[in-house]
Amino acid sequence: MAAKSSLKNMALCLTLVCFFCAAVLGGVYAMTKAPIEDAKQQALLNSIGMVVPEGGEISEMMTGEFGSLSFEYYKSVADSKTVAYAVKSTVIGFGGPLELMVGVLTDGTVYATKVLSHSETPGLGAKCTEEGFASQFRGLAPEKKISVTKDGGDIDAITASTITSRAYSLAVFNAVELVKSLQGEELDAWSGATPASENNENKEEQK
Amino acid sequence: MSKWSLLTDGFVKNNPVFALVLGMCPTLATTTSAMNGLEMGLATMFVLILSNVVISLLAPAVPDKVHIPVYIVVIATFVTVLQLLMQAYVPAVYETLGLFIPLIVVNCIVLGRAEAFAGKHNAGESALDGIGIGIGFTLSLTVIGLVREILGSGSAFGWKFIPGDGILAFVMAPGAFLALGYLMVLFNKFVKKQ
Amino acid sequence: MEYLLIIISAIFVNNILLSQFLGICPFLGVSNKLSTATGMSGAVCFVITLATVVTYLLNKYVLLPLDLQFLQTIAFILVIAALVQMVEIVLKKISPSLYQALGIFLPLITTNCAVLGVAITVVTKEFTFGGEAHLLNLGEATVYALATSLGYGLAMILFAGLREHLAGNAVPKPFKGLPIALITASIMAMAFLGFSGIV
Repeated sequence: MAAKSSLKNMALCLTLVCFFCAAVLGGVYAMTKAPIEDAKQQALLNSIGMVVPEGGEISEMMTGEFGSLSFEYYKSVADSKTVAYAVKSTVIGFGGPLELMVGVLTDGTVYATKVLSHSETPGLGAKCTEEGFASQFRGLAPEKKISVTKDGGDIDAITASTITSRAYSLAVFNAVELVKSLQGEELDAWSGATPASENNENKEEQK
Repeated sequence: MSKWSLLTDGFVKNNPVFALVLGMCPTLATTTSAMNGLEMGLATMFVLILSNVVISLLAPAVPDKVHIPVYIVVIATFVTVLQLLMQAYVPAVYETLGLFIPLIVVNCIVLGRAEAFAGKHNAGESALDGIGIGIGFTLSLTVIGLVREILGSGSAFGWKFIPGDGILAFVMAPGAFLALGYLMVLFNKFVKKQ
Repeated sequence: MEYLLIIISAIFVNNILLSQFLGICPFLGVSNKLSTATGMSGAVCFVITLATVVTYLLNKYVLLPLDLQFLQTIAFILVIAALVQMVEIVLKKISPSLYQALGIFLPLITTNCAVLGVAITVVTKEFTFGGEAHLLNLGEATVYALATSLGYGLAMILFAGLREHLAGNAVPKPFKGLPIALITASIMAMAFLGFSGIV
């Protein structure tokens, strides 16, 4: 049967058990730390890879500001030239935050979009993850705010999910605006210097 | 109690979902599809078997007054181990099941079996009990998930057999209660033979 | 204003029982009598709010700085178990009648998924109240916990009321007890779905 419930026994037992469990946990944690990091990196690279043209090398994460919002973004670099940006754009959707990865080319055209996370209603707003809706954004080069047909724009909203559709459009638009402002800053940095391909990387880092 | 009956009791007689009515939270929340239900059941079974075995080994040395905290620490350790392993090797499943993985630590089934069984039996019997109850739980979750998936999304294990959506209420909150309620009626009438 | 949004969202839109599915075991087990349901809700409300505050502080000032997040589950559940133990002792001293009324339910709150669930949600999930998606601060977390437990109480009391009525009606034999209760809960969940989108 169980040991006697004296204070000494109880304290000893609890301490030993906690100690042993902490040791086991520490060990498993150390073992899995690297695979967990790898898994996260892999997932990130996958989602970026889906929204930018193939063949580029993905840069480290950078942060940029546009308006009052800050964004995380990554560059896709090929032949030491930035080919596209992958921007993590978050807006408030219908049921919660809607997080997109938007791939934008250097000329301000949307390459592709992917939903990273959402809390939208299944069968309604959740359809924003489907190709039928997302494909409308490919190749868009928006001059003004992207809007749904109800607001005078070109995007076909998801049936009965105008709010989600509007949020999605806003997220994509914000990403494009960010890229345009980043490009603008880069052009400003270059003006007045001789653009040689070795200098380009230095100029971008100076920013 | 024969070894075989120890194992199979968990399927029907002691079915945690339909007979014992334990572990209701993950039952309702993670059965939006058959795969989700299956994954949750297997995750819980992992913790159940390991904690049953370890607790049955420790029980004779644990003073009665502290047995609940000790059991909780052991179960929590295995749940954390599960969390770390899932994050490392099956991150997509970990994301889908979300909050309910750490919640296995307060799953009434795990603590309940530890208290009612593992604390009083040897390691081998506790392991069998864990496996039996675990299989019962996994089967129940998979069946409920399958029903909700077929009715709600028109698919089974991810394989869609109708274009478009089904009765969406079934992949949302009301459908969980409804599916469980009706399946319980069927269980009581036909499986338990009341 | 932001706090009002938190409150409405936690009680109605994302009701912990009917939308998040946390705390279901006592919901089904304790709700056949209105008086026990009310008592249980009160106790749970108190524990959830207190536990959330304590675990939030533990997470912020101990786990995060020491990079010990992987110990979150085990640390949180131990805190909750200790808190419930303390509540039991205090309650026994200051209100023995309430302590008697709650009986076995008080220690069972430790295993109530709602308590651990809210504690974990508050430190991991990003919310969009009042602007960009962000993790809650202590004030928001406390209001969230309080509002969530009010939502818990609301659903429990409504459900208990319905069940007491059901008990007096002619329910077909296979449906008696839990099945008809579940179907009732499903209709309640459908009703609460109507709140989605107001915040």
